[in-house]
Amino acid sequence: MLTLSERDQAMLAGDRGPAAQLAMSIVVRMAAVYGASELMDVSQAHIDSTIYLGDATLEFAERLASLGARVAVPTSLNVSGVDECGWKDWAVSPEWAAKAARQMLAYERMGASPTWTCAPYQTKMRPSFGQQVAWGESNAIAFANSVIGARTERYPDLLDVCCAITGRVPAVGLHLTENRAGELLLRLERVPQALQEDDQFFAVLGHLVGKLAGDSIPVIDGVSVRPAEDQLKAFAAAAASSGRVALFHLVGVTPEAPTLEAAFQGRTVPVPMTIGTADLRAARQELTTADGRDLDMVILGSPHFSVAEFRQLAPLVAGRRANPRVKFLITSGRLMKELAEEAGVLAPIVEFGAQITLDTCILASPMLPPEIQTLMTNSAKYAYYAPSLLNTRVTFGSLADCVHSAIEGRVVRDESVWQTA
Amino acid sequence: MADRVIAGRSIVEGAAEGEALVTTEALSFWGGYDFHTGEIIDKHHPLAGVRAAGRILVVPFSKGSSTTTAVLLEAVRAGTAPAAILTTGVDSFFALASIVADVMYGKAFPVIALEPGDAALLRTGMRVSVERSGAVRF
Repeated sequence: MLTLSERDQAMLAGDRGPAAQLAMSIVVRMAAVYGASELMDVSQAHIDSTIYLGDATLEFAERLASLGARVAVPTSLNVSGVDECGWKDWAVSPEWAAKAARQMLAYERMGASPTWTCAPYQTKMRPSFGQQVAWGESNAIAFANSVIGARTERYPDLLDVCCAITGRVPAVGLHLTENRAGELLLRLERVPQALQEDDQFFAVLGHLVGKLAGDSIPVIDGVSVRPAEDQLKAFAAAAASSGRVALFHLVGVTPEAPTLEAAFQGRTVPVPMTIGTADLRAARQELTTADGRDLDMVILGSPHFSVAEFRQLAPLVAGRRANPRVKFLITSGRLMKELAEEAGVLAPIVEFGAQITLDTCILASPMLPPEIQTLMTNSAKYAYYAPSLLNTRVTFGSLADCVHSAIEGRVVRDESVWQTA
Repeated sequence: MADRVIAGRSIVEGAAEGEALVTTEALSFWGGYDFHTGEIIDKHHPLAGVRAAGRILVVPFSKGSSTTTAVLLEAVRAGTAPAAILTTGVDSFFALASIVADVMYGKAFPVIALEPGDAALLRTGMRVSVERSGAVRF
């Protein structure tokens, strides 16, 4: 049975205005769905509802904004449906651009911070360990919970903004310590160090874990390398695309899993399911749907490319030129681009022939012209969604493979580590 | 019509009737459902290419993108949503989409939680009716 505080009841009665009333009515109905007995405070939010899909998402945003909605806590904004400054370079229709921009404006009017990125954890809005937050965007949810140890339920679009406006969420699920224990054990067995060190490894492992985890919290044991933050980002995005992973524990790596026992909060450790090299090889193969070597575009940056990734890319492309037949696109956020510029790593990338799209991505904005049929990417999330959403063929490869292919004008992959493993 | 009844748990109340479309694989509506046509488009999913608009969709749970709810809201507005969604266990994404569809357009669709064993009784092509109580007749 749900008990509301006096403040919640007042909000529900309209004391904080009609927008907060509407948002609270949705939070309260969802509290019943979740079986919550009370609501609790969050101190930060990330809104994924910013993605413009059509009239319904726009009407929802403008309804809230016109009722005077204001966010109650510091709030970041996910990608939108359009690169406000760069859309004219692409196949976006003026009507789409105008409506997506209206939706952006509606969320800005609510007082949220115009971060326009699906990697808010790489901005100043990064939450801290143990912080209670309400985040949307599947990759960001998995990253915040698992890599940072902040606490968010898996908030869907349209609810995330209601939580931001009310500052209240149902006190259930991953907000509570007891629900954050591992439920399924996956153990790497005889996976060579060289393969674990390959820069595709964590994206591929994430894709596989997402499929194996079902609706459980997976614990992954046996990783013998120290992943960089962007590798954990790739893992989280992959696992939250192929599956519904909102929290994972990498033993010895993520903050709630210093040991196997800790990952399970001292409860009985289940019998492990093993992951071997053959499983990883098969998972990697699934991320490629193209069969030839044709290549129209290299696409990087899902989740949005970070400064560290710009730094990693710069020396690979310095002094080289992409084949003029192949587009080379990086999707990123405003802040990341600025930081890359300051660090001096953007210039060689642009000279190489790369284009940069901000605020959105190729999945959220209808920007690709129809002649773009075959893509190559190092992002498991792009590789997972592009064939269905864009009706394109895709090849998954390492960052170096993507660069070499762009130079050659056709798909080239260094398979050595995956074949011999 | 019906000769068998499953006692489901009504998560978002409503009545609906239609042809069942059953899958044991989770589905993301973003990247998985075209709200212009009501068709499942996730090429990794066994139901890729199948139209779910107006049908009683039986799916274990939502996966993937948190934009699943927004796609469903668009589908309700466009008249291309499933007539009802039946899950195993409570799925908050489908529930939220239905609740917001109610708030925005007065058009909630029933969301029912079934026991896994009960869901396994349903087959694609069966005529199914869903009642406000959560009872599922087939």
